Formats: sequence, C-alpha cells, structure tokens
Amino acid sequence: MKHIEATMAGTVLNILVQEGDNVKAGDTVALLESMKMEIPIESNVDGVVSEIKAGSGDFVNEGDVLIVLD
Amino acid sequence: MFVRRGDHLQKILIANRGEIARRIIRTCKRLAIQTVAVYSDADSDLPYIKEADEAIRIGEAPAQKSYMNQDALIDAAIQTKAEAIHPGYGFLSENPAFVRKVEENGLIFIGPDARVVELMGDKVKARETMKAAGVPVVPGSDGPCNSVDAACSAAEALGYPVMLKASAGGGGIGMQLCRNREELSNAFNSNQNRAKAYFGNAAMFVEKAIENGRHIEVQIFADQFGHVVHLFERDCSVQRRHQKVIEESPSPALSEATRKKMTEAAVRAAKAVGYRNAGTIEFIVDEEENFYFLEMNTRLQVEHPVTEAITGLDLVEWQIRVASGEKLPLEQVEITRQGHAIEFRLYAEDPETFLPSPGTLAVWRYPEVPGIRVDTGYGEGSKVTPFYDPMIAKIIAQGNNREEALERALAFFGEMKVEGLKTNQPLFTRLLTASSFKDGQYTTALLKKS
Repeated sequence: MKHIEATMAGTVLNILVQEGDNVKAGDTVALLESMKMEIPIESNVDGVVSEIKAGSGDFVNEGDVLIVLD
Repeated sequence: MFVRRGDHLQKILIANRGEIARRIIRTCKRLAIQTVAVYSDADSDLPYIKEADEAIRIGEAPAQKSYMNQDALIDAAIQTKAEAIHPGYGFLSENPAFVRKVEENGLIFIGPDARVVELMGDKVKARETMKAAGVPVVPGSDGPCNSVDAACSAAEALGYPVMLKASAGGGGIGMQLCRNREELSNAFNSNQNRAKAYFGNAAMFVEKAIENGRHIEVQIFADQFGHVVHLFERDCSVQRRHQKVIEESPSPALSEATRKKMTEAAVRAAKAVGYRNAGTIEFIVDEEENFYFLEMNTRLQVEHPVTEAITGLDLVEWQIRVASGEKLPLEQVEITRQGHAIEFRLYAEDPETFLPSPGTLAVWRYPEVPGIRVDTGYGEGSKVTPFYDPMIAKIIAQGNNREEALERALAFFGEMKVEGLKTNQPLFTRLLTASSFKDGQYTTALLKKS
C-alpha cells in the first residue's frame, strides 16, 4: 500500500483519478490550491488507486494522505 | 445602515491579518481610534498583534477556522465593545452574509452595504448592471452558461479565444483562457467543480478574451449622501496567472482623453449601484484604447498605496469617515495628483517554478530610500506559513516622475536582503532593467513569457 500525500497545507481543488485507475510514477493525480497558487500533486510510484481520502474543497495539511494506491 | 453625522468611532476591530491589519491600525492610531486585532495560531508572533490596543486569538491556522470564522469575529467585536469592523481585503471583505451579520449585531461594517456587495460579487449580475448603466462591458455570454454546450455556443458567437469564468469568482481566481472548442469543453467541468468547491457556487459564464490588453482600474469613493468621486486609475497589467505583481499610477500608456472617459464611467457605475465607501472598477483596455468593464471590487484593494502616494490622501481614513456617517472629505475638483508611484508585491515563491515558498524569514533587511514606502506584516524571524496568501510585503516607490520612481525602486531592490525562503525579488531587478517594463508600453502578456 502506498500513500500519496499533500506536499503542503492547502485546499483540494480536484482529485484527478478514481478508484481502480492505473497510476504511473510522475502522473499528476490531484490539484491543491495553496497560497493562491495551484499545486499539482504527482504520484512518485506506480499503482492502482484503491481509496480516495480527500475531495474538492477539503482543507488538508502537509503530509495528509490524499490517495491510497495498491 | 445610516450613521448619524458626528458619531465618532471609538473602537474598530480589524478582521484581517498581517500587512493590511498593520496598515489599518496605523491610521486608527493617528485618528485616536482604539483597535482590536485578531490572530490565528499561525500568526501569534506577527508584529501587528502588539501594535493593536487589544488582540484576540480567533482560531486555528486554516482561514475558515479563524479569519473567516464569522461568529468568532463578531463575538470578539462584541466582547471587546468594538463599534465597527474593518474587513481589510480578501477573507470576508466581500461576503454579503458577513456584512449582514455584522449589521444585525448592531455593528458598523466599514464598506458598502450587503446588497451592493452581493450584486457586485455575482459577476454575471454585475455585468448586466453595468450594461444597464451605460458602462461598456467585455463582450460575453448573456447570463450564465449552464452546460458545456451553452458555453461553446456562446464562445462561437463571440469568437475564440475566450475566458471561462466563475460567476462567484474574482480577484483573478476561477478563470481560464480557452483558445478553441476542445480547450473550452475540457475546461468547463473541472472549472465548474472548482467553482462549486471554492466559492460554493457553480455558475459559469464566458467572455471574449482580450489578450495584449491593459488591466486598468479606477479608484472610487462614495458617501451615504450619494456623492461619488474618483481618485484616478491604477495600471495593474503586470500579472502572473491573473495575480497582480506590479501596479502603478498614473498608467504610463493611457491618453488623457481615455483617462477622462474611464474615470467618468467609473463614477457613473458607482452611482448606478448606489455605492458607498471605497470601491474599485476594473477595466480591460485594448490596443485601440477601447475600455470594457471587467468587475467591481467592493473593498479596499491591496494596491491602494499607489493612489495614496499620488493624491496625498489616506484611503483608510476616508473609509472610516464615510462609515462614521461623514460626507466625503473632498470634492472632485479638490482631488489632484502629482508625480508617479509604482508598487511591487514581494511574494514568497520560487522565482523559477513559481511554486509557493513558505518558511522563516531568517534575514529580512532593506535600506531606507527616499520615496520608498514598505508595507509588510512580517519582521525578521517571522514565519510565512502556507495557510494564507504568499505576499511578504508591498514596496511602493514614488517619484516626481516615472523615471525617478523606477530609479528609487532599483536602488531599493539592489540592497534588499531576504533569506530563509525564496521570493520574486529577482523578477523585479530583471524588469527594472528591461526596456519592456521601463518604457511603460507593456500589456497583460508581459509575464506570460516567464
């Protein structure tokens, strides 16, 4: 199980994947808004999305898990 | 809410933080008005807290839990017996529900009334109102676009490129440039979702994109007696991703004839909506000096010091006076401008990737240069946290003319030292020596090449 975490505190703009999607290292899987800027969150591993833990509008802190990959 | 003339405000709560909280406190001190500051857990060490007469911890770091916590702010005002709330900019400054709540609790909101805040906050309705008032607006969809197809039909009628915008957006947020049908189709749903999540309102509309235009806004002021004046314009064309970076007044490329038409249109617009207090009408000006209404900001703006510099006026003082029930301190003929002023927004960001760069301001030193004003909410050792906007400071350079202002700015940035986080300081030194900025003939496309 691998976690994709928020790289800084911010608000989730979009989660770009769904459960069951194949993700490759380097894919942008989510967009955060932080400090009035759009921060792309990339996966650093390959995997299949097993759980989405945050949604549009959620405030997340640095290190919070956004997506779980198998 | 009408205030009896002669009621002098004794105590104001500032529902904001950092730089603007300090700025408001400064004027209140000069007017012998008591101040209440509020702060979140992330801001407990910032200088503005000690500068206020009282300070209340308002909540945890995230804005929704602190600076946007309406009940906590109103409770703090009631508890400290403040009579009025100054909302600053951002946060709740343009939230009509907050304006109503403030008034329902017997407090004065330093700004316009809820009706006008709500009207101008709905960008679709704002456009319709301006059209009806005879103010030219950017060609756009008639009303909201409720589907991809509706947006694409509107775009086809207007001609690409278009700007897809959220009706509840503004301040450069919630908009995307679309060059063709495919881009617009792809952008529509994600932007709508974003609008729903961010603004709580999914309404979208489309406008013709005017590329290579100039973003020129007009400062207006109105009192409760229907008097409206303008305080000239500010050119805010230097932007990155629709966020302003540099603003100046007067606009270096605007003819006096167009200045006159725009300032008159702005006054007309403010009168048409029954405005009160400080406001800014934003226009986009194309290469033929046709100007079009973009949006109206019903609050004091970040870049207001540029107007203060050339008029010699204190806009926060005017806001307080109008909110106290006074009439405007000056008539239009008495408002004059002199010289030139340019504001530079120092942002905590990586100058190459433009990603935010929160951190501790280990070193934050700058020289004293005549004609330079520095407005900052931070001191050496302060933490710039990721919970709020990335602006560290505003540097306003003033001179008898634009060249002098530019020289002073260059001297300042040559000696300013920031360490501990990354900033856009290199951008300023680069622009101040680049002819594209120095000759004043730039457009909103200037930073797109970065």
